[in-house]
Amino acid sequence: MFALEMQSVYKSFGNREILCGMNLQVRIGETMVILGPSGTGKSVSLKHLTGLLDPDKGQCLVKGEAISYTSSKKKAQLRSKLGVLFQSGALINWLTVFENVALPLREKKIASGKEIERIVMEKLEWLDLAHAKDTLPADISGGMKKRVGLARALTSQPEIVLYDEPTSGLDPVMSNVINELVMRLQKELHLTSVVVTHDLESAFKIADRISFLFRGKVLFCGTALEIQKSEDPIIQQFLRGSTVGPITQDQLKNPKTH
Amino acid sequence: MKERFKKISSPIEAMGYTVSLFLWTILELPYVFFKRKEILEQMYIAGVGSFFVVSLVSVFTGMIMGLNTGLGLRDFGAEGQIGLLLTITLTREMSPFMTSLILAASVGSAMAAEIGTMKVSEEIDALEVMSISPIRYLVLPRILGFSLMVPILCVYSSTLGILGGALIGKFQLGIDLIAYFQDVINRITSIPGLKDLYVGILKGFVFGIVISTISCSQGMRTSGGAIGVGETTRFAVVISFLTVIFFGYVLTALFYN
Repeated sequence: MFALEMQSVYKSFGNREILCGMNLQVRIGETMVILGPSGTGKSVSLKHLTGLLDPDKGQCLVKGEAISYTSSKKKAQLRSKLGVLFQSGALINWLTVFENVALPLREKKIASGKEIERIVMEKLEWLDLAHAKDTLPADISGGMKKRVGLARALTSQPEIVLYDEPTSGLDPVMSNVINELVMRLQKELHLTSVVVTHDLESAFKIADRISFLFRGKVLFCGTALEIQKSEDPIIQQFLRGSTVGPITQDQLKNPKTH
Repeated sequence: MKERFKKISSPIEAMGYTVSLFLWTILELPYVFFKRKEILEQMYIAGVGSFFVVSLVSVFTGMIMGLNTGLGLRDFGAEGQIGLLLTITLTREMSPFMTSLILAASVGSAMAAEIGTMKVSEEIDALEVMSISPIRYLVLPRILGFSLMVPILCVYSSTLGILGGALIGKFQLGIDLIAYFQDVINRITSIPGLKDLYVGILKGFVFGIVISTISCSQGMRTSGGAIGVGETTRFAVVISFLTVIFFGYVLTALFYN
């Protein structure tokens, strides 16, 4: 059984085909990085895996159970196994750092007041955020927002954590802090991770396996070493960051998707 | 052809979503007790956010209406009747209508923009992933807080309008204030006057539901970044105005026809 699975998923928005028969299997306990040029469906894949979007065709599974086209009750049950770190942190602006992290526990009435405080403070200390607990999201840096988002994702003790561009917009030092957190989570809490990123350095550092997406499906899946050795011209252009090659030609042909 | 179909289907889809959102919110009513703090916060935002404008507009509307009707009635020597006329017009029609339009433009637009921004910055997706119902967390307190506040502001607006009319009556028309307020009290305590009052309050409540549901629905359907939020806000105000006018007619016809 896989932690997460996408089976021949197709998705279009209007005339734009985003996913075209996407297949993905994420093994339990591994860190899977999803790489690929802009507009190839990385974030859309993540939305399918969390049940925020349902595919036009195909299905997505969480621990062997379908999260696509299922009841809200079943979705809620499957989502309790998931934690998501959104690109911007997606923190509620009028709540303090502490209240943001406590939000899922308070709203779902999972724990009592004292217990919530203990869990939240434990996560904040683990992520070195205890000093900022009374600060509003507008008053903290981008890196801190991402760590608060991660703390919130971890409060409901998920088995799988999905990261959408965790290092985008961060300086190299903060990017490394986030990379190390992802690795620490896997090592200490044995979590399965799916990381969507453009950041090659980060991908090679944290990935057990990398899936390379192009034109809405997985073009390559393998270890960091294997992808670096790949002779596929698309992958080679992406890794070299060259402006000439099949990716650029595709972007010129389909400007709306990029 | 596709574009034409989209132009027709899109407003119908929006209307369908707004009605569904209202029904889903009704299903969340059992959680009102747990959301009491947020509901009170929303009442405070709606009340304080529009207090100054409602006060100013109400006093001046009372003054304008008092002056116009007073000057018209003077020809018949009946300018002393403006207290009665203002009480009827303000409690029955003008205050709910005026207050609702002010609230739609100030608080409703802010509500749509706030939820719209949350939508485009993935905050609503985050709530869903955490299995927190955005309707229970965001929409229920806003609709309830707003629609409970509008009737209160309607009564407040009527009172200020009547006081504005009294000012004009005393200083420009030379009306006896005791007779003016006697007319007001007699009307309000009569059966038709009480009917005007409760119809006015009911109108305020219905308009409150309409405006807040439309604003939340527009916010929840936002896409396309900052431009999308701008459009959401504009549509929320325009649709609220039109729907308030429509419901205003329906309610008046229902109670006075």
